[in-house]
Amino acid sequence: MTNPQNQEKSSCCSCTDRGNASDCCCSIPAGTKAAIGTATSSVTLQNRLDHVRARLGVNRMGHRVEPGLYCLGAPDADSPVFASANYTLSFDALRSAVAGVDCYILVLDTNGINVWCAAGKGTFGTDELVRRIESTGLPGIVRHRKIILPQLGAPGVSWPEVMRRTHFKVVYGPVRAADLPEYLRNGTATPAMRKVQFPLRDRLVLTPVEFVHVALPALAAAVILYFLAGSAASLAAVAAVVAGTVLFPALLPFIPTHDFSTKGLILGGVVAVPFAAFFATVPPLPFWANAAAAGAALLIIPAVTAYLALNFTGCTTFASRSGVKKEIFRYVPVMACMAGAGIILGIILGISRLFGVI
Amino acid sequence: MFDSYTENTLRYNQERCINCGMCSAVCPHGVFTPGGTAAVPAAPSSCMECGACALNCPVQAISVESGVGCAWAMISAALRGKDMDSGTCGCGGAAGSCCGSDTKEPSCCDKK
Repeated sequence: MTNPQNQEKSSCCSCTDRGNASDCCCSIPAGTKAAIGTATSSVTLQNRLDHVRARLGVNRMGHRVEPGLYCLGAPDADSPVFASANYTLSFDALRSAVAGVDCYILVLDTNGINVWCAAGKGTFGTDELVRRIESTGLPGIVRHRKIILPQLGAPGVSWPEVMRRTHFKVVYGPVRAADLPEYLRNGTATPAMRKVQFPLRDRLVLTPVEFVHVALPALAAAVILYFLAGSAASLAAVAAVVAGTVLFPALLPFIPTHDFSTKGLILGGVVAVPFAAFFATVPPLPFWANAAAAGAALLIIPAVTAYLALNFTGCTTFASRSGVKKEIFRYVPVMACMAGAGIILGIILGISRLFGVI
Repeated sequence: MFDSYTENTLRYNQERCINCGMCSAVCPHGVFTPGGTAAVPAAPSSCMECGACALNCPVQAISVESGVGCAWAMISAALRGKDMDSGTCGCGGAAGSCCGSDTKEPSCCDKK
């Protein structure tokens, strides 16, 4: 998917139509190596549909903006320069946040990945920033030597190195693009602007893509279980996946314990209880079969939910690699043993049913 | 027992600090706060090892083994026989990246 802004880039000199080319970004100073694109602050319906597709994980790597330099409004040589990633959600958040500000936006090539993830990987990094400053001829376009980066780009960028190589000073703006207007008014970011949050809205917006990623295997498991063990078992599979991908992100701060795995085990345990109660009371089965069926539910559902919950570490704003590593070594074996034991119980029940024991 | 996140690899040499304030500016969790003569590690256990402070410290007063806490990428790397701490565990790359085009692409790349 190509952002409409890309098309604007190719028609950069459309602003000459206004008969005031000298005031617009299209009056490229001599020495400028690349054309400057134009961007607007208005987010169109098409942009919003692109955001929805990105949130659903559709064409995941295709939500890109052409890297390069864009002008917003009618910037001049003293206008601020912002940097962003070439991911449509990042770029659109920035350009809409600075509506009414005449500025330049330097879009780095991050392979269609957002600022923070790209910074973690290094693609939103020192080398790319230096390369992009040079390739766009930014030193010949602005008089000042300052570029405003999103704060979450800091894990990839070394400001002393950028200064040394380009003589541009890197200034870190706020975490959230929405705070940019206040940041520009005050010239500084408050401590609150510098802190990353993970509110319910941010967690919920992640749930569709989380669910979509495991929907296919979950559907396959549900269908197989339907034919092998009935509709309740099929529903249990769906419940475990929904708990891990939807309920867990929504309830993350409210579930006791700090570790994702134990939180997942607790949530999965709660979800498993009604299924276990149902399986424990199926009338025609002998006691041992009822107990085995209930035990299977109590073992498998929490294990699946906990595994999905553990995988959510990559989506959060606070999980450290050291901590995640500890979690993996501590709890993945537990999850594997629980799931394995539950599956063995299920197989025993299946074989018993096949041979008419129950 | 239920908190794997109490310790991390963040190390701070206060004697080297020139109190430039950059670590406070770039840390998204307020691990460092400005002090009178040097930065104060106010909440070291909140460090998520993103590495922003160390990378932007002009006098190398801070060190941290930075990385992305993406369980799926780490498990995936381990299953493929690679080092869990290798650079392949992180967003934005190709093979091994949780956001790479050849992976399951969890939403870690959509959140921020």
